[in-house]
Amino acid sequence: MDLSFNAEERAFQDEVRGFIAKNLTEEMKRATALTPSVFSDPDIGMAWQRALHRQGWGAPGWPVEYGGPNWTPAQRWIFETECARAGVPNVNVMGVKMVGPVIIGFGSPEQKNFYLPRILSGEDYWCQGYSEPGSGSDLSSLKTRAVRDGDDYIINGTKIWTTHAHHANRMFALVRTSDGPRQQDGISFILIDMKTPGITTRPILTIGGDHEVNQVFFDDVRVPVTNRVGEEGKGWTYGKYLLEFERGSGIASAKLREGLKAIADLAESDLTGRAIDSPDIAARISEVEVDIDALEMTELRVLSALQTGQNPGAVSSILKLRNSEIRQAVTRLGADVIGHDALTVEPMRPLYKLNHEPALPEEMLTVMPEYLNGRAYTIFGGTSEIQRDIIAKMMLGI
Amino acid sequence: MDLNLSDEQKLLRESAERFVTESYDADHRRKTANDPLGFSPSVWKQFAELGWLALPLPEEFGGLGGGAVDLGILMEAFGRGLVSEPYVATVVLGAALIARCGSTEQKQASLPKVADGSLKLAFAHSERAARFDLAKVTTSANKTAQGWRLAGSKIAVLDGHAADEIIVSAHIHDHRGPSGRIGLFLVQATTPGLVISDYPRLGGGRACNIELFDAHLPEDALLGDGSDARPAIEWAVDRAMAALGAEAVGIMQTLLDTTLEYTKIRKQFGRPLSANQVIRHRLADMAMQVDEARSMALRAALKVDAAPIERARAASGAKAKIGKCARFVGEQSIQLHGGMGVTEELEVGAYFKRLVAFDTLFGGSAHHYARHAQLGRTAVSA
Repeated sequence: MDLSFNAEERAFQDEVRGFIAKNLTEEMKRATALTPSVFSDPDIGMAWQRALHRQGWGAPGWPVEYGGPNWTPAQRWIFETECARAGVPNVNVMGVKMVGPVIIGFGSPEQKNFYLPRILSGEDYWCQGYSEPGSGSDLSSLKTRAVRDGDDYIINGTKIWTTHAHHANRMFALVRTSDGPRQQDGISFILIDMKTPGITTRPILTIGGDHEVNQVFFDDVRVPVTNRVGEEGKGWTYGKYLLEFERGSGIASAKLREGLKAIADLAESDLTGRAIDSPDIAARISEVEVDIDALEMTELRVLSALQTGQNPGAVSSILKLRNSEIRQAVTRLGADVIGHDALTVEPMRPLYKLNHEPALPEEMLTVMPEYLNGRAYTIFGGTSEIQRDIIAKMMLGI
Repeated sequence: MDLNLSDEQKLLRESAERFVTESYDADHRRKTANDPLGFSPSVWKQFAELGWLALPLPEEFGGLGGGAVDLGILMEAFGRGLVSEPYVATVVLGAALIARCGSTEQKQASLPKVADGSLKLAFAHSERAARFDLAKVTTSANKTAQGWRLAGSKIAVLDGHAADEIIVSAHIHDHRGPSGRIGLFLVQATTPGLVISDYPRLGGGRACNIELFDAHLPEDALLGDGSDARPAIEWAVDRAMAALGAEAVGIMQTLLDTTLEYTKIRKQFGRPLSANQVIRHRLADMAMQVDEARSMALRAALKVDAAPIERARAASGAKAKIGKCARFVGEQSIQLHGGMGVTEELEVGAYFKRLVAFDTLFGGSAHHYARHAQLGRTAVSA
């Protein structure tokens, strides 16, 4: 057993660092640090995606024939870790990490040829149409309906929590194409052009003050049948495949560590009156740091198993659950570290383009929005309660 | 970067698990629990034959040169069986201190005997007033014409009653008074002036308090050259915490397995306990914490040879986190067993008590989070 990287891996690490040093601008870095929502806005995120694509690194998880870089699990680890350390933009995952793998796995040759290059280049910006007002954790009860009419489906209904629907030009959605004894069997996976007549988008502000999610309405929206991925009625299987990706690309600890470091730096600073001098704060920082150490080791254990072709199993639910809980612990700590400054609200967005002098120092601007928005981490992508159901079923057989 | 077990490590795990399953059952545990020795000499002999006593010792002194990960594999299996042999006292603490601090003659005199099972050791360091501060020692060692004179008291000495030799830490006094250096002294169990009061230890095995009433020791009782032993003590205890962490993982895994089975079999309101979501989620949390503990024990083992601050932070982090997980898994195992969990009729309680002992030994979670934080600030300001 060995925790250290070999010569080749260290060389790759240098390559990644070199790439980041060359391509990550101060503007991108500052914008990312001042973004208290999950994903960077497209102007920042897609600039980074284009740089990655130029390097041939646009889609780390894809097979090489579709433009993946053919990295080993250790290389993916190094890449993600270096990106987190440097503070690169958080590229919206809906394209590369979510719809991309589904199209690769189940799409037609035409769909692959059309969509995959546009995902890689950042030409297309995707959003996900899964949840509905009446279907959250119980996703298979979804009611947005696609009725066959010649070579088209006519779609009616509504989707909610749609991240970046206001930026996206495409949506992948789960829609009901038939009713049967098993709800899951009547669902299909459809690709929708957001400019199609009949689609309207309503912004939803989250409690941190950010506009990241939306509700999307479909009113007699015509979509060609050729936009369906795979077979009719198999959408649930494809959607679940994708959720596995959403739960754990498996490398979250590096980002958590950077988040904690930012809070620890604030605690060491005069801005907070050196919050670290309180033994309670110091011990809590250690407690969270140790939780990150444990998550990192679990990630590395999974990585090692993957390297030798073993299947890590239901551990992706553990990774999702712990990542979301630790993220919340980091943001909660941040809220405590800044003391009275937690009372100051900055309502304008984006925080990196304010046209007035904010009431808080820049280092503190995102702390409360991140804490407040961060309550969503244990809700999206399958709530913590659903993850515990999965762990009990898949790991414990109950 | 590779965290997969080697073929040798897989074999070690298999043989250790087989030993525990076949030879270390509930009857055996009950028998040794009521035995004044607290363990079985024939099992100790088997350990020697299997090479486990030699496992982490240096090869030039009869050892196998195994690393902390190998030790962790063995300790995890010991945990599953609640093994009560004085392995930590003799091999993990005692032999490691001799290997690190002793002269070549001292190593040659002791280590091969540890490996073949003919020498048992113990480490007497903790003092009541020091609580968990490893640097604080009031037991004194005064230089005499013939050697050394030791005076003081030690508590919570693991398996001291069974040891042939006890390694005692003492503040070295020279003609000017306290030198500021701590020395480690090899004290024969038969030394006049050494009084051992032993008692059953929470969770199995025994421990003792010892008193040294001007015990006279020969010149060569001092391990090594008399330089301050604090760094060696910190090192040995960090390594022991990593090994004990692995043992705690084995204990927790057995509790999880047992509790899971019980909730499937036990019926209330016409259905198994495990049919209730609140029970399934509790078990999911327990499984998750066992897994986190396993990650932390492995991490501490992989860092035992790192630079002192990195090693110590990994060890303290692991001790704190595993201790927290251990309390949760142990307490919830009892809870889910209902009334039976609180009785001595099931073994759940014995496993729980060993976890409580683990959490207590060398300081609990609060102590180690604080040490971790303190060391982190040292690292930042250094």
